[in-house]
Amino acid sequence: MWNIFKLAARNLTRYQRRTMLTSALITLGIVAVLLFIAVAGSFKGAMIAEFTDSVLGHIQVHRRGYVASIDNLPLNLNLAPPQVRKIEEALSSIQGVESYSERIKFGALFSNFVETTNIRLSAVDPDQEQRTVPLLRGRITEGSKDGPLVTPGHILIPELLARGMKVKLGDTVVLVSTNRDGSVNGQQFVVSGVMGTISGPNGRDGYIHIADGRKLLRMTEPEVTEIAIRLRSLAEIPRVSRELNAALSDMIGQGPKAGTPGQGPMGSTNNPAGKSIIEVHSWDALSPFSTIARMIDLLTLFIQVMLVGIVLISIMNVMIMAVFERVREIGTMAAIGTLPSRILGLFLAEGLLLGLLGAAVGTAISLACIGLLNVVKVRFSFGMQQNLVLAPSIGVGSILLVAGVVVLVAVLASLQPAFKASRMDPITALRHV
Amino acid sequence: MSVVKAEALSKVYSTGSVAVSAVKEVSLTIEPGAFAAFVGPSGSGKTTLLNMIGTLDPPSAGKLWVVDTDVSTLDRRAAAEFRCHTIGFIFQDFNLIPVLTVRENIEFPLQMVQNWPAERRSQRVAELLEAVGMTDQADKRPDAISGGQKQRVAVARALVSNPKLVLADEPTANLDSDTAHRIISLMKTMRDEFGTTFVFSTHDPKVMAEAEVMFLLEDGRLVKSSTNRR
Repeated sequence: MWNIFKLAARNLTRYQRRTMLTSALITLGIVAVLLFIAVAGSFKGAMIAEFTDSVLGHIQVHRRGYVASIDNLPLNLNLAPPQVRKIEEALSSIQGVESYSERIKFGALFSNFVETTNIRLSAVDPDQEQRTVPLLRGRITEGSKDGPLVTPGHILIPELLARGMKVKLGDTVVLVSTNRDGSVNGQQFVVSGVMGTISGPNGRDGYIHIADGRKLLRMTEPEVTEIAIRLRSLAEIPRVSRELNAALSDMIGQGPKAGTPGQGPMGSTNNPAGKSIIEVHSWDALSPFSTIARMIDLLTLFIQVMLVGIVLISIMNVMIMAVFERVREIGTMAAIGTLPSRILGLFLAEGLLLGLLGAAVGTAISLACIGLLNVVKVRFSFGMQQNLVLAPSIGVGSILLVAGVVVLVAVLASLQPAFKASRMDPITALRHV
Repeated sequence: MSVVKAEALSKVYSTGSVAVSAVKEVSLTIEPGAFAAFVGPSGSGKTTLLNMIGTLDPPSAGKLWVVDTDVSTLDRRAAAEFRCHTIGFIFQDFNLIPVLTVRENIEFPLQMVQNWPAERRSQRVAELLEAVGMTDQADKRPDAISGGQKQRVAVARALVSNPKLVLADEPTANLDSDTAHRIISLMKTMRDEFGTTFVFSTHDPKVMAEAEVMFLLEDGRLVKSSTNRR
């Protein structure tokens, strides 16, 4: 085997320029793919963080049916205290959960005593919210960024609303809301901050303290609408979702309560018998911007397919040429008794070495470029995140996958010419001019 | 026991609807240690006969035994294995592998075809390099040596695996007459030294004169065989 590789390596040096050009082409392809994966990964990470770290969290838990009617902000699909406790217990036992934030989401009328409009509100525990969505504070464009995110009696209002209603910091406003039973309540708040808006769900919400939310909605029990969860890393989303679903699987619905059509034991209209009354959603199921992340993945795949094409065509071309130019040599080898399998192995080894050479050089250059980009620190902005540093990185798995695919394709591309060489009739080959 | 025995051996090539008989019912016997030549004008069937004996080309009809093996029925793989152990080849154009040195070219059949152990291989190659007088050129590549030297290397390569039979198709056609004479002498010396049977084709009268057994072919038929043992 070693002798075959030695001879294959010698054969590659026979046409040095051709070998160099082919290897350069493969190298270029690998550099393009690995750099794209690294840079796109960095950008994708920043984009995902924009949504997960300033609004959504990585995972959210709701009452079944809430997400389907999320635009209506239904108050009859809140999580009851026993359910919240059960979820809290599950979260404390699952590894990888960094923090969680319990929220009440509802709609209200917003008045500056002159004009009235609608507002979507998130009533949150400021400490929980800060730990779960750490970039939220960065969205405050006016007002203090220090201290608690929001305190009782205060409100953070979205920028567009502040501008439209001509509301400034320190102004008093009134929120009027209808609770689950249909009774109306109003409360005054002092504007303590203005929030920059971001695209996507909840990007234009106002924020009040959770105690104010419960007071405004006249809640007799500490219900919550959703629990947003932050994990140690995005990679843990599938596992934590799975474990959370398993831990909450015994929260089964009993069906609508007798005599109250459409109402379950917890006051829910969605309490189907035999099904879990809890839904667990990852961020990508809640944000339309997950399609952009998927598009980046698709682009990466497309570029990888192009690389496969480049390698396939260039190596096949080189190997076909090699076989054509060495017909007499192949005939000589066959005539002196070299088995067809050895001749096949020789040409496959040449393709393999070309692929390995391109993959090795390409990977080395890619890693150098990635390192350089990290040293130079290219900066960019995305959404609320200003002055982001492009921090491209690539995992060993991705490198091995790309290099492995290239080497495999190189061998596959050599297969047809190698097979042709091994099946060559020695007489015809020896007569070849 | 003969090295080559042919009975009514024929070879017909078909080109479209035209059938060309290259060799017609040739019967012959070549004894061990012979220094035999197929002679005759171009197109007389010398190369075709050599190719059939060398198991490179199967006969269309007749029987052919090479070193007691009926080679007319060997399939492609069996023929390759038979060649690698039994037959050495010398080509008109030398056919050395350009990326290998003289030493590596001679070593090639032992390394790539027969898997000899390194030490034994090295010993055998050194012996052949010495025998053909190429020891001092051993590390050169074929493009750095003369035509005569290339053919010496080819002779050494043909003999390196101790074949019973060496077939040489016009081994001197691309050499000047002095070099041709030296190559034929070398082949004869190798026959004497290793006891290998040499069968070659030629249309050069000077080379013919060196043959001890001569088979004259005309239009694919064996018209005369003669012995010229000196």
